[in-house]
Amino acid sequence: MNPFGDQLLNVITFVPLAGALVLLLLPKEKNELVARLATAFAGLGVLVSLPLWFAWQSAPTDGHGFRFVFETGWIPSIGARYIVGVDGISMLLVLLTTIMGFIAILSSWTAIQTRVKGFYVFMLILQTGMLGVFVSLDLFLFYIFWEVMLVPMYFIIGIWGGKRKLYAAIKFFLYTLFGSVLMLLGIIALYFYHQKVAGIFTFDIRYLQAMGTWAGWFDLQCWIWLAFFLGFAIKVPMFPFHTWLPDAHVEAPTAGSVILAAVLLKMGTYGFVRFSLPMMPEATKHYLPWALTLCVIGIIYGAMVAMVQKDWKKLVAYSSVSHLGFCMIGIFALTADGITGGVLQMLNHGLATGALFLIVGLVYERRHTREISEYGGLWKVMPLFAVLFMIMMLSSIGMPGIPGNGFIGEFTILMGVFALPQKFWAVLAATGIVLGAAYMLWLYQRTMFGELSNEKNKSLKDLNFRETATLVPLVLLSFWIGLYPKPFFNILAEPVHKLVAQVEQTWQYPEEVSVLTEDNVLVRLEDLKETAPEEGNEVH
Amino acid sequence: MLDFIWLIPLIPLAGVLINGFFGRRMPLKVVGVIACATVLAAFLLSVGAVVQLAGSEPNADGLRIHEVGELDWIPLDAVSVPWEFSLDPLGSVLLLVVTGVGFLIHVYSIGYMAHEKDYARFFTYLNLFMGMMLTLVLAGNMMVMFVGWEGVGLCSYLLIGFYYDKPFDTRTGLTCADAGRKAFITNRIGDFAFLIGVLYLAINFGTLTFSEISEKVTHAGPGSHALLVGVGILLFLGACGKSAQIPLYVWLPDAMAGPTPVSALIHAATMVTAGVYMVARMSALYAQAPEAMAVIAAVGALTAIFAAIMGTAATDIKKVLAYSTVSQLGYMFAALGVGAYVAGIFHLMTHAFFKALLFLGAGSVIHGMNGEQDITKMGGLRKKMPRTYWTFLVATLAIAGIPGLAGFFSKDEILWGAWSSGNKMVWLTLAAAAGVTAFYMFRLVYLTFWGRFRGGDEAESHVHESNNLMTVPLMILAGLAIVGGWVGFPNSFLKDAPFIHSFHHWLAPAIADSHGGGHGAEASHSAGVEFGLMALAVGIALCGIFLALQIYKSSSLPQKIADTLGPVYKLVRNLFWVDELYNLVVLRPFYAVCRGFRWVDIHVVDGLVNGTRNATLGLSYISNLHDRVVVDGLVNLTGWTTTLFHRMLGRVQTGMIQTYLSVMLLGVFILIAYYTLAG
Repeated sequence: MNPFGDQLLNVITFVPLAGALVLLLLPKEKNELVARLATAFAGLGVLVSLPLWFAWQSAPTDGHGFRFVFETGWIPSIGARYIVGVDGISMLLVLLTTIMGFIAILSSWTAIQTRVKGFYVFMLILQTGMLGVFVSLDLFLFYIFWEVMLVPMYFIIGIWGGKRKLYAAIKFFLYTLFGSVLMLLGIIALYFYHQKVAGIFTFDIRYLQAMGTWAGWFDLQCWIWLAFFLGFAIKVPMFPFHTWLPDAHVEAPTAGSVILAAVLLKMGTYGFVRFSLPMMPEATKHYLPWALTLCVIGIIYGAMVAMVQKDWKKLVAYSSVSHLGFCMIGIFALTADGITGGVLQMLNHGLATGALFLIVGLVYERRHTREISEYGGLWKVMPLFAVLFMIMMLSSIGMPGIPGNGFIGEFTILMGVFALPQKFWAVLAATGIVLGAAYMLWLYQRTMFGELSNEKNKSLKDLNFRETATLVPLVLLSFWIGLYPKPFFNILAEPVHKLVAQVEQTWQYPEEVSVLTEDNVLVRLEDLKETAPEEGNEVH
Repeated sequence: MLDFIWLIPLIPLAGVLINGFFGRRMPLKVVGVIACATVLAAFLLSVGAVVQLAGSEPNADGLRIHEVGELDWIPLDAVSVPWEFSLDPLGSVLLLVVTGVGFLIHVYSIGYMAHEKDYARFFTYLNLFMGMMLTLVLAGNMMVMFVGWEGVGLCSYLLIGFYYDKPFDTRTGLTCADAGRKAFITNRIGDFAFLIGVLYLAINFGTLTFSEISEKVTHAGPGSHALLVGVGILLFLGACGKSAQIPLYVWLPDAMAGPTPVSALIHAATMVTAGVYMVARMSALYAQAPEAMAVIAAVGALTAIFAAIMGTAATDIKKVLAYSTVSQLGYMFAALGVGAYVAGIFHLMTHAFFKALLFLGAGSVIHGMNGEQDITKMGGLRKKMPRTYWTFLVATLAIAGIPGLAGFFSKDEILWGAWSSGNKMVWLTLAAAAGVTAFYMFRLVYLTFWGRFRGGDEAESHVHESNNLMTVPLMILAGLAIVGGWVGFPNSFLKDAPFIHSFHHWLAPAIADSHGGGHGAEASHSAGVEFGLMALAVGIALCGIFLALQIYKSSSLPQKIADTLGPVYKLVRNLFWVDELYNLVVLRPFYAVCRGFRWVDIHVVDGLVNGTRNATLGLSYISNLHDRVVVDGLVNLTGWTTTLFHRMLGRVQTGMIQTYLSVMLLGVFILIAYYTLAG
């Protein structure tokens, strides 16, 4: 089921880059060939990532819960190694990335008419960067991919964007870079502190995660946590670091928006799950009330600002702020249900909001405006489009059963948050469900319902085969997660329970841990496993 | 057959796929037949399942229940929710009503919607609704029910907004699409409360399966009393949204924007009763939470009278029926609130018959009047539409509570339940509402079918009776509106007849009764009181009818009464300005806050970001200036000084040998002079 053995993740990560190199060799006038070849490489990217899903159960773990691990020396002088591997969380995000990347590229065939070759080259490089972030198990490698990703996105917004593309591109780049640099400081601090205590210079995430069980470095932990927090919170984005997002979304070309919403934003949430929580659990708990507050503000504030947007894309962008607040509150609930829901909701948001940006893109390509007031009554001329839009809108507002994926995520998150002693967090978060329905239904009504009064809309064509093909996979996946999410829960159970155990460790057994660290003993995860709850450790 | 109850919702959903994908390319007849056939199949399967259920062995509690559900759906830590379906007597009543009445309305729709171009879309939605409603009814746990619950809400939204490009209400400027959205959002507010209630249940009891919840709440102990009351009220708030009770009833009158068969099916017979069904499902919980039941009884009774009063002044034939529906749902909730669950569900069933009939009759009138809905422009239709008239009259008598018809039995049982449980105020309110109900229904009949036609000669010539596809369902429903109540004959009559109180015996085991025994127990000791109250209620209804007939016989009297009542009439006519109040108190402030946040976002949050940029740019500018003026200035100064010297010295270097020699000669002279003078 896995033809690539331990090279699987390398193949997945670098197939898009190989595609980019091949594209570079083509003459630049052959636009159609370039687009088709890029699509073929992205499709190949999806195909090679499928063994992750199908060979998942049979793949051995490395003892830390990671599978398909590939490890080799890289920069011995600083202890940085080339290590890639995935657990359930990152595996799902890798699949999301390959699928959304393919769809984004497929959606660009007619939308991108200038500098075609460059566009696809950047898209493919971006793809490699994003995949690299999710598969890296070495913090140094992670950081390199994290920064590499910024560059192609910067150019995609800056070259193929809308009217204010330069403003948006520079804002996106600088804002994220600002966060990343602080994160780099955090990484360096972690690196040196780890050496001080454990005597090893390493960036290996699996060893660094053991730091979460150490006591006695609370103050430093808090500083590092804040540095990471800024880096990730900007990326998510959490209130009040979100204002780059509407600009970037609005100005980016459709494919850029899709990737931005579906994958790039997940880097922030992923960062919290992979680094902040397991490495700095005490600081996480220390700052929890503040983090939860920002999440709740994000949910309500994002939804309310979305309510009064006149620009279709901006509305969807603000809805992302609200939905990502939902993801984050699940993660910060620090319960198994909350984190599972948070990760699931990352996927759901990727599918739903990715689809909603595709949908805006489809009408934008026809009418070249995003003003909601320019539309109305589109159901009459584009019924197929209207139905697909309806389904993905329902996914976004958390309708159970049709297609139901958003509901599964939201319910799981609420269940996790409700386990907290303070019930008001869940109650406040749940208001997002009402608000979400309010702005989305209003958007739908203003664009799809009503009379077809605008002359320019009367001759609009319904979706063609390629355009339908970009949306249908998202609809099908949404129904799958909505109606039978069990496989996803199974895959997430192991890493999430491990994570919860890591987070709870220091709080439950502080004495035990402090004894361990006074002797300067590196607490390896193997030792940790004995105290972790056994349930959910096996994948069904 | 009981093992295949999960198929019942799936059959109409198969119809959704067929009509949804191919409907637009298929002939209209095929679309209609497919839609009806799926519902008929669901009905037949339901009948089979219920018959088999009736023949099955009851469990230890005397309850016949069948549960299926092996497929995991949401396996969480706190609670694991499978795809679970169950059928018990309570569900069976709803199941038969939904599939049976649903099938009749589907058939009727073929005739009613014949001239619509979006025929396939209509039947796709209608089938989707059936699938979702049946999911709701057959759900074995709260989450599966929630799928149906939200699903029917979605269908309601889609069908209310079916004429999505048409305006609806000129008074408020609402379009059909607005009305649909209003319904959805109002329901979502209720669902928000419902969901919080569900979370409390899940966290505290670790299950959402109905049978397990019943088991656990019954043995929960006094410590969780406050919790159960709170959950009870939260769940009831959800029911308020779905079943249009105060304060969330405002969407239902506007839901009349949908095609009339939709109003009959969704907004009268089935979906709006889902709240009643859900509360009855949770009867075990409410048995432990009498305070929550008191709230339900109060809200139900208030809604019953309040909506009935609003029904007296409406002039749109469908809106009169809509307020009537709100009012009748109030009856059902009042029944649940006083512990008369069986009576509430009984009324749910009889109401489904006569209210569906009323709506379909109204649809037939509207169809015959070519779309006119204003009853002030009707009158005298009795002769032109005899089938519609007679069936409508039967339903009117049924809802008014005339003895022998379905509504009488169920309404009497509710009133008796209120009285016998000691809730005299509830009884009084409901009895008064019964009078008002009789009044507005006969007002409606009078203005529509009796008297003279008031719509002009041109319109009169086009009035026609509807075809058989529409009138046959009317007649079947009329039959049900007559005999449908006989399964619930009160105990006080005909004690030995075989079918007496069969409804009660069938349903009672499915209900956890807080009053121990319920309706059946008191019947023996107070047959006289029961009979007296019954007579009193019938008397009140007859008064209402008499009043309506007297007033609307004359053409000028209604106006005169309206003028005399003045502000009161205006208040009722404008529906107590509730919509305006909500607009002023909730919506406007909400939008103002939204706009405020948008301003904050642009000017404060993003302002800080841009401010940082500007500050950085400013610093850069200053640095630049410093760089150019000070740092570069020094560099340049050096250069400039050098240049100065160069220029000065450059002058000296003229390249003329004579000058050099002259200067050298001068130097020699100076040296000589120096040494001479110094020496």
